[in-house]
Amino acid sequence: MKNPLAESVVEIKPSGIRKFFDIVSEMKDAISLGVGEPDFDTPWHIRDEGIYSLEKGRTFYTSNAGLKELKVEISNYIKRKQNIEYDYNQEVLVTVGGSEAIDIGFRAMINPGEEILIPQPSYVSYEPCAILAGAKPVIINLKAENEFRLTARELREAITDKTKLLVLPYPNNPTGAIMELEDLEAIAEVIREKDIYVMSDEIYAELVYKGKHVSIASLPGMKERTILINGFSKAYAMTGWRLGYACGPKDIIVQMTKIHQFAIMCAPTTSQYAAVEALRNGDDDVKEMCTAYNQRRRYLIHSFREMNLECFEPFGAFYVFPCIREFGMTSEEFATRFLEEEKVAVVPGTAFGDCGEGFLRMSYASSMDNLRIAMGRLNHFINRLKDEKFN
Amino acid sequence: MREELLNIIEKNSRIDLKELAVMLGVEEIDVMNELASLEASGTICGYHTLINWENTSQEKVSALIEVRVTPQRGQGFDSIAERIYKYPEVQSLYLISGGYDLLITLEGKSLREISNFVSDKLSTLESVLSTATHFILKTYKDHGTIIGKKYDDEREMITP
Repeated sequence: MKNPLAESVVEIKPSGIRKFFDIVSEMKDAISLGVGEPDFDTPWHIRDEGIYSLEKGRTFYTSNAGLKELKVEISNYIKRKQNIEYDYNQEVLVTVGGSEAIDIGFRAMINPGEEILIPQPSYVSYEPCAILAGAKPVIINLKAENEFRLTARELREAITDKTKLLVLPYPNNPTGAIMELEDLEAIAEVIREKDIYVMSDEIYAELVYKGKHVSIASLPGMKERTILINGFSKAYAMTGWRLGYACGPKDIIVQMTKIHQFAIMCAPTTSQYAAVEALRNGDDDVKEMCTAYNQRRRYLIHSFREMNLECFEPFGAFYVFPCIREFGMTSEEFATRFLEEEKVAVVPGTAFGDCGEGFLRMSYASSMDNLRIAMGRLNHFINRLKDEKFN
Repeated sequence: MREELLNIIEKNSRIDLKELAVMLGVEEIDVMNELASLEASGTICGYHTLINWENTSQEKVSALIEVRVTPQRGQGFDSIAERIYKYPEVQSLYLISGGYDLLITLEGKSLREISNFVSDKLSTLESVLSTATHFILKTYKDHGTIIGKKYDDEREMITP
């Protein structure tokens, strides 16, 4: 019998998170700081709008690129938040989560052998999606001493004649790092000079705790080089609704829409109606959730300082990324023992790239009660490790 | 800080002061001073515990009572309100718009106790024109908290 499988797919490593998931799922009473989604429910008025759309029998397909009302609201939202103007009719595409936008963005832009620059540690799907799109992924290993920001120098050193696209994953999962205006200005200069494009994954844009998020697309000469990706999952606690979007130059959006049209048809209609409500009346919900995340963020950073655990202060998303090198074990060993001995689940930094070795991702999308218990156990665990080292 | 502080303690007044200071990103002494000033100014009026009495052996009956009254010259509703709210069994008292003037929430040990209050004490007040008593059969939500339902985290334990 012929081998039924595609080599390119078989060769892709399964997500490092998956492996850990299997261990955790055996343990029913563990506290998890390993969750990459909000602990809040979708605000009721948004859910209610979804329910209402079902009651009204709005169970049809929408147009391929998305409901007109939603595209208009997305365009208004980006204008309001980032002061960038996107034509809702030609420059906005509603996708099944930000993930789909990443995938079809790569596929729409890459010719075989072209290179995509992927700063790591970062979200797990950039590298496999790049490979599946026929690109050569080129990893930029970000550094803790730069607070995991991408510097112009690191970018310049990674660019070759074949470089087509830079993935810019900020605010960042898993590090919680952000890129501020001056950071963006420095890399934008290199991007314009070297004539490459940017896929800016801004799914955590609303969750910034120092100033306001700045999109690289708002910088001079960058809108025409940027695919801006965002969605509803993190800001509005709508992960299960699977709804995101891409905004960018018409020529690219048209081609992405072509793939989307044939592969997906359209994003879920119920979710699109709910999302219209989210954008029209959801600002206060976002603010409230953001305030709660920020309180927990401060609490975790403070707790780390009290136990002398090394961690830079992250200002985005809902993750902290402490360094555990001093304990002389790998991230995976640390995470596994912490889970087995203290029943707290965290994700080894290596799940997000090799340079995540020595770090752990902890999510503060969890109640203060859980965080309090988890920090108590972490303190206990660390003290035991220190005792072991002395004896 | 004031509004954020109030939002936190409105939901959890038992929170540790030190933790509260950390969450707000300020010093503990600042939180203490702010709380003292909020208490002194009457912005913080008290610290209470939300109890689901159904889970205890203690019998309690609650009722909402709508009251129509004749306002008194020079006093409006205030003096009649004061006469009513001084009864310890009156949990809350509001002046409301609409078909009635005052809304009382009343707590007692039994139906009889509540009906005695209405017939003996409330209805006999000179300015009370009429009352309508609604017994509470079940509390679904109180002070923003859904009663009797525990939050269950159904998320996957690990997601990217």
